[in-house]
Amino acid sequence: MRVALFLTCLDDTVFPETGKAVVRLLERLGHEVDFPLAQTCCGQMHVNTGYQREAAPLVRRFVDVFAPYQAVVSPSGSCVGSVRHQHETVARHVGDERLATSVRELRPRVYELSEFLVDVLGVTDVGAYYPHRVTYHATCHSLRVAHLGDRPLRLLRAVRGIDLVELPQAEQCCGFGGTFAVKNADTSTAMLADKVRAVLDTGAEVLTAGDNSCLLHIGGGLRRLRSGVRTVHLAEILAGTE
Amino acid sequence: MAPTWLGLPARRGPEKFPAAARRALADSQLRRNLRKATTTIRTRRAEVVAELEDWEQLRAAGKAIKDQALASLDGYLEQFERAATAAGAQVHWARDAAEANAAVAAVARAHGAREVVKVKSMVTEEIGLNDALAADGIAAVETDLAELIVQLAGDRPSHILVPAIHKNRSEVRELFLQKIGGVDPALTDEPHRLAAAAREHLRRTFLAAKVGVSGANFAVAETGSLVVLESEGNGRMCLTLPEVLVSVVGIEKIVPTWADLEVFLQLLPRSSTAERMNPYTTVWTGVHPGDGPQEVHVVLLDNGRTRVLADEVGRQALRCIRCSACLNVCPVYERVGGHPYHSVYPGPIGAILTPQLVGVENASSLPYASSLCGACYEVCPVAIDIPEVLVHLRAEVVESKPHRTAESTAMQAMAWVFGDERRFAAAQRAARLAPLSGLVPGPLSPMTRWTSARDLPPIPAESFRAWWQRERGGAPEGGGA
Repeated sequence: MRVALFLTCLDDTVFPETGKAVVRLLERLGHEVDFPLAQTCCGQMHVNTGYQREAAPLVRRFVDVFAPYQAVVSPSGSCVGSVRHQHETVARHVGDERLATSVRELRPRVYELSEFLVDVLGVTDVGAYYPHRVTYHATCHSLRVAHLGDRPLRLLRAVRGIDLVELPQAEQCCGFGGTFAVKNADTSTAMLADKVRAVLDTGAEVLTAGDNSCLLHIGGGLRRLRSGVRTVHLAEILAGTE
Repeated sequence: MAPTWLGLPARRGPEKFPAAARRALADSQLRRNLRKATTTIRTRRAEVVAELEDWEQLRAAGKAIKDQALASLDGYLEQFERAATAAGAQVHWARDAAEANAAVAAVARAHGAREVVKVKSMVTEEIGLNDALAADGIAAVETDLAELIVQLAGDRPSHILVPAIHKNRSEVRELFLQKIGGVDPALTDEPHRLAAAAREHLRRTFLAAKVGVSGANFAVAETGSLVVLESEGNGRMCLTLPEVLVSVVGIEKIVPTWADLEVFLQLLPRSSTAERMNPYTTVWTGVHPGDGPQEVHVVLLDNGRTRVLADEVGRQALRCIRCSACLNVCPVYERVGGHPYHSVYPGPIGAILTPQLVGVENASSLPYASSLCGACYEVCPVAIDIPEVLVHLRAEVVESKPHRTAESTAMQAMAWVFGDERRFAAAQRAARLAPLSGLVPGPLSPMTRWTSARDLPPIPAESFRAWWQRERGGAPEGGGA
C-alpha cells in the first residue's frame, strides 16, 4: 500500500528521528511511503488557542495535500484527533461548506500510527527489538479523542527484549495542553510534577508515548531534573531492530 | 474574606485565572484536601457507573431529553407554568438576578419573615440571594452542612456538590468552636460529632422558620412538579416544615415528562455523590391542603440562559445537571480548587458556563483554564463536549478583541509561515541559527514560562523534510495513490 506520511510540524522540525522511524517501519513491513512536501501544520495550535480563522487556510492545505492518498498515517494521536474532530468545525466557523465536505471525505483515511498498524495492516508484532525498561504514557488525545485504546500497548508487548512496566495513573494529563503550558504555566507545572513522579516510580529508563508534544513536555521536566530517564516516541521503539 | 465572583451584582473578578491559580497552588493544605477528596469521589463514581451495563444508553438518553427540552423550551416553560398554577403554585418570571432576588424578598416580606431557611442551591448562589436578602434585613440560613460551614466562615463554595471541599475536618472543628454559640468545647473533629453539632445548631432554626427557599434539580413540564435530590435530610426539612416555600429555578431545569425522571434519577446520584441512589428525593407539585407548605412560589430565572441557548455550539452547556463529575476528574480543578474560577460554577463546566452567562469579555481567561485533556467530556452524564465548547469560546475571546495583541501577531505570523512549505522550511532553518520569537527563550518570550520548569530540546541540525529531500531526492509532491 502507498501511504502518505503526515508528520506534524513539531516532528518535522524538532523530532525528525520519529519521521525516519515511521518510514523505516512501514517500509520494513512492505509498504511504500510518500512524504508530500507541501504539508506544513494541521492547524491544531491555532484552533486550540482561539484562532480558527487563521487555521482555516491550514485545514484547506491539509485537505489539498492529502486528498489524493488512499491512506494518511501520522505518529500523533493529537493531530489525528484534530483532523477528525476540529477540521470540520473550522470549515463551519468560516462558513466554507465545500471545505467541510472535503474534510469529511478525507477524514476516514487518516490514521494514527498504531491504528494503522493494528486495524489496517493487522499486525501487532512488527518485528521490533528494544532491550530497555520502558513505560508508556497514554496521552489524553490518543486516549480520549483518537480513542486508540490499548493498541499502542499491544504493539509494545510484542517487542522483543522490552521490559514494559505499567505507568501509574497513565490516563492523567501531563499538563501540556499546547499553549496551556505557557498561559497557565504554574498549573501545568503542578500537573507535570505528578506525572514526573509517576514516571520515576516505575524505574523505567525510557518513557514512550504516541505524541511527541506530550513527550516534549514530560521530557523537558525529566531533563530539567537530570532524572536520567529519556523520552522516545513509540515509532522509534517499533522501528528498532537487533 | 470571601473571594469575589463574576456576574454577581457589583462584583467583578479581581484577577485572571492563572494568577489566582498560582496562589492556590502554593497552599499545601488545600492541595492535600483537594487531592484526597477528588480522588476518593472519582474512584467511587467510576465503580458505581461501571455497575450499570446501560450507562452509555442512559447518558445518550439524558442528552436527548435535555436537547428536546431546550429545543422547545418556551413551550415547555409555559406548560410548566400552567400545570404548576393549576396545582396551586404561584409562578414568577425573572429576567435577571435582581428580579429573582426581588421576588424572593417580596414573599419573605409579605410574611414578615426575618429569617429564611435554605436548601443548598447553586442558582441562589449565582444570583447572590443571601446578600440581597441581607440588604433587606432578612437572614438566609444555609442548612446543608457544607454550605453552613462556608457561610459561617464568610467564605464561598469551591465545589458544586461539596462546597467546603477546600476545608478539612480539623478546620471545620475550629470554625464551629468559634462561630456556633454554645457548642461543646470538647468537640472533636470526628465527622459524626461535627454533624451532630451542626444538627443541634440548625434544629431550632428549622422549627421556627416561616419561609423556606430552595432551587430545584428538575422541573417537570407535564405535571408542574419540582424535584430536589439531597443527602442530608435538611432539604426535606426546608421543603416541608415552613408554611411558605419559594423555589428559584433556572429555565434550563425543565424536563418534558414525569417519565424522563427515570433517566436522571439514575444519572445524577451516580455521577455526583457516587451513590446508587441519593438518600432523599423530594418532589412537590403546587399546594396540598394540610400537607407541607401552604403557599408555594416558583421563580423561573433566565439570567443569561437565553443568550446561551442562542449559541449553537455553546448551548449544550445548558444540559448540565450540576453533578460535578467533571470537577472531580479535572486535573486543573484537582490542583487549584474552585476559587480561582471566581464563579459559583467552577471547574470544566464553570469554564464554559460562566463566560457564556456573564459574557466572554468578562471571563476571558476561563476558556483557557483547561489543558483540553477531555476527562470531563468522558464522565459527563449528559455528554456535554466541554473541550469543544472551550475551543469555541476561545475563538470568541480572540475575535472579540478589537486590537491586535502580541499573541494575535505571533499567531498570524505562524499561520503565514505554515501557509507555504517554502516559508516553513526557511523558518526551520532559521530556528537553528537565530533566536526565533516564540521558540527561543528571551526575557519577553512566553517561552520563559516554559523554561521556568522544563528544558527545551535542541533544534536538530536537519529537519525531516530536509532529510527526505536529501535521501529521496524530493519525491513529486501530492502524488496520487
